[in-house]
Amino acid sequence: MANTTLVPFGPQHPVLPEPIHLDLELEDERVVRALPSIGYVHRGLERLAEHYDFIEMAQVAERICGICSFIHGQGYCQGVESLMGVEVPPRAAYLRTLWAELSRIQSHLLWLGLAADALGYESLFQHSWRIREQVLDLIEETAGGRVIFGVCKVGGVRKDVDAELLQSVRQRIGTIRTQFAEITRIFTVDPTIQRRTRGIGYLSPEDAHHLGAVGPVARGSGIARDTRTLGYAAYGELDWEPIVEQGGDCYARCLVRIREIDQSCELIIQCIDRMPDGPIEVSVKGKRPQGEALFRLEQPRGEVCYYMHASGKKNLDRFRVRTPTFANIAPLVHMLKGCELADVPVIVLTIDPCVSCNER
Amino acid sequence: MLSWSIRPIAELVLRNVRRQPATRLYPRERRSPFPRTRGQIAFRIDDCDFCTICAHKCPTQAIVVHRIDKTWAIDHGRCILCSNCVEGCPNGCIRLRNEPHPPLRAHEILTFRKGYESPPPPPPVTVEPPTAG
Repeated sequence: MANTTLVPFGPQHPVLPEPIHLDLELEDERVVRALPSIGYVHRGLERLAEHYDFIEMAQVAERICGICSFIHGQGYCQGVESLMGVEVPPRAAYLRTLWAELSRIQSHLLWLGLAADALGYESLFQHSWRIREQVLDLIEETAGGRVIFGVCKVGGVRKDVDAELLQSVRQRIGTIRTQFAEITRIFTVDPTIQRRTRGIGYLSPEDAHHLGAVGPVARGSGIARDTRTLGYAAYGELDWEPIVEQGGDCYARCLVRIREIDQSCELIIQCIDRMPDGPIEVSVKGKRPQGEALFRLEQPRGEVCYYMHASGKKNLDRFRVRTPTFANIAPLVHMLKGCELADVPVIVLTIDPCVSCNER
Repeated sequence: MLSWSIRPIAELVLRNVRRQPATRLYPRERRSPFPRTRGQIAFRIDDCDFCTICAHKCPTQAIVVHRIDKTWAIDHGRCILCSNCVEGCPNGCIRLRNEPHPPLRAHEILTFRKGYESPPPPPPVTVEPPTAG
């Protein structure tokens, strides 16, 4: 039996935007076992829900993570609304969908930039982030903040977007789409990227199912698992299909995210075209959440679950978030077995680890 | 093989050479904030009746209101610009401005006091020239 070497990967590593630690057991250059350890950025936000007023907690929920901020706020608000038996007006549901898709585009563009950087393609990294900046401008113009949107509240949304601004967003999303098509071509035909990603980090559909992969990791392995098909917010009224790739390798996961950006642009255009008129919020004065429930939403990284338990007080009794990165760590450990040490950064990055979400 | 492989990125880079730069020369050239940007909390004391609703709604306790002293204070370092106070104020004294707050050089709390007038500037100090003898 060959000697094994233990190589620590992270928590500080050039490809990792956030701290996660992996102990890699190597035989020569081949990984035989990977042992993840997490817990570097735990902040105890779930516990805060037991002290905070349930309306103020929406702002804390939005601060669970900087990249998926809006969808955390949306998930929390939808959960509390259903525990209170409140239904948001259709315009609020469409606006939430619009902002959630903008958030998905910026998250995927951020990931594409980081992936290009991990592959050693620095000019492509800058090009992805140049386009992302335009999306962030759209977010700031409609919501008021670049990272923390601050528009979702229990009972609806805080800000309305008028028809003129919506048309401007629609037009600029078209421009962003054309610019993105240039970059897409490089990602799909460039031999450097193909060699670094094709056949690397293979996850079969059976393994993806058994290990509970979610989001682009599951869809890259051929499983059409997308929580938006449940039809929350306005997704039930829009025409779209989950994007699935059959490859199961890093390249397939990259393609899923590229195609999802295009799909999100399409969903935003549909949202703007079908935006109903009417109020943007309902009053929740005097209502208190009561009961117990589990809600699922689709984040850029996959399915996120919110568990809530409330007993008619001004705060929740229990709030728990199961984030997509946590679900994707088990498939990651499986993918790392048998790969080369040089491929580890690319494989770790293709699950798009969001450690702040994961540890809350 | 090599010439074909770098063609798409080379085309993109060459096209970008002819375009305007995507960045600004920041300190000299600044972007004007969008009308909706959450920049900073602005306060006008004239109509304030010191009801303390804003202080109770503030999730980070950035606002401190004193009913008896008739003071209203905000710590811009703690404010997260959630605009709960703007929505909660019954007299419309608080609003959200779109210009971002300039960076704080030290921890400071901005306090407003009703009927406060800034003191007159101190009189210039004149020093008699020393007299001989």
